Amino acid sequence: MTPEFEFHQRDRDIHPPAYTPVYKTSALRSPRISLWSLQNSLSEVTGPTFAREELGPLDNDLILNYAKDGKPIGEQTIVHGHVLDGNGYPVRNTLVEVWQANAGGRYRHRNDTYIAPIDPNFGGCGRMLTDYNGYYFFRTVKPGAYPFRNRVNSWRPAHIHFSVFGSGFVQRLITQMYFEGDPLIPHDSIIATIPDKSAADRLTARLDLNASLPLECLAYRFDIVLRGSRQTLFENKLQGS
Amino acid sequence: MPAPTPFVLPYFPETPSQTAGPYVHIGLIPNQAGFDIFKNNFGGDIAGPDVAGERIVIEGRVYDGAGHATKDVLIETWQANAAGRYNHPADQQDKPLDAAFRGWARTGTDFETGIFRIRTVKPGQVAGRRGRKTMAPHVNFWIASRGINIGLATRMYFGDEAAANDQDPVLNIIEQPERRKTLIAPRSERDGATIYTFDIHLQGAHETVFFDV
Repeated sequence: MTPEFEFHQRDRDIHPPAYTPVYKTSALRSPRISLWSLQNSLSEVTGPTFAREELGPLDNDLILNYAKDGKPIGEQTIVHGHVLDGNGYPVRNTLVEVWQANAGGRYRHRNDTYIAPIDPNFGGCGRMLTDYNGYYFFRTVKPGAYPFRNRVNSWRPAHIHFSVFGSGFVQRLITQMYFEGDPLIPHDSIIATIPDKSAADRLTARLDLNASLPLECLAYRFDIVLRGSRQTLFENKLQGS
Repeated sequence: MPAPTPFVLPYFPETPSQTAGPYVHIGLIPNQAGFDIFKNNFGGDIAGPDVAGERIVIEGRVYDGAGHATKDVLIETWQANAAGRYNHPADQQDKPLDAAFRGWARTGTDFETGIFRIRTVKPGQVAGRRGRKTMAPHVNFWIASRGINIGLATRMYFGDEAAANDQDPVLNIIEQPERRKTLIAPRSERDGATIYTFDIHLQGAHETVFFDV
């Protein structure tokens, strides 16, 4: 193994700390001892890879991938963007997974008891691989806002959860995407866990009329940046096949 | 004269992390959420009949700071194959690849019992950083959930590998030997299966060692 494979140190100031009193559940789930700093070995720079044949043709179409006797209710929406690394290079063939509530703000999950109805035609999850340019897209209905138990009257803005892999396991990232113009964004306790306002704002996808389909579907653009590595070009050669 | 514009290096800042939330199962382990959507679920049965190596079961609980076993935590593991090689192009060690073994598993702590269980094979030793000391067999863990703002990374080592563990370059950077023990899973046998018990403590007197990797 050569030093070319190392990932840049993670900038922890971009991320929420483990303990954030504004989000109460973090109090008992946050380590209190400093993380031990570990330099990259093979265990850190490698990570799982996935092949296109492992995905189904509708996996990135949340409007159709759980449709039973019709289509789901809600605003037809495209979400798209690029997965890049800290050097600005595309992260190719990496798995992007998404999950969300339905248009009424209800998840298809046995633990969700919110009064909004389950949509019989909406599962609420999808997945895709980025292409050669690091590009991904999926089609869905815009999720609704919903209340959650934090303060007495806490509501989540509409959001989509994202899980991204990258080429090494230390690039692994789970985050949430919000929608431009949502009035709940400044009130949200989860977004407020991020101390850096400009970093938090990068989680808000912008309306992208250029990518919308006339008379059919609105579009939002959400680019994702994973950690860069000391020499990304070499990795791209390995992964670009 | 205006002050010169400071030169900023052209790196892109990472996208910030957010909690995986209580419904992480929907997206990542949908069968645990109670529905079946994909033909092919990822990370479940990772050690099929064609995979070489000793069959093992890793099981445990993830405790919060009140000593309560969490019941909604996502767990992912990443490991080398039985020969000690990762299924990834950056691993160029001169050891056999096992095409049937991706090396990555994903599960959740059970909604009722809080127990997670991963059926896999025991990994071999892996070369250390830049050819330094060989690392003892280990499984890399990554956990995410409601209340966890950014995924937590740790490693599980094997209780029956005392000699290798004593030489392991990662265990040895942990200053307190007592804390190293939080990463070592004892081995036992049950109904003919080999079990390694790996309990993770998010907080408290037995807080697991987590890494900034």
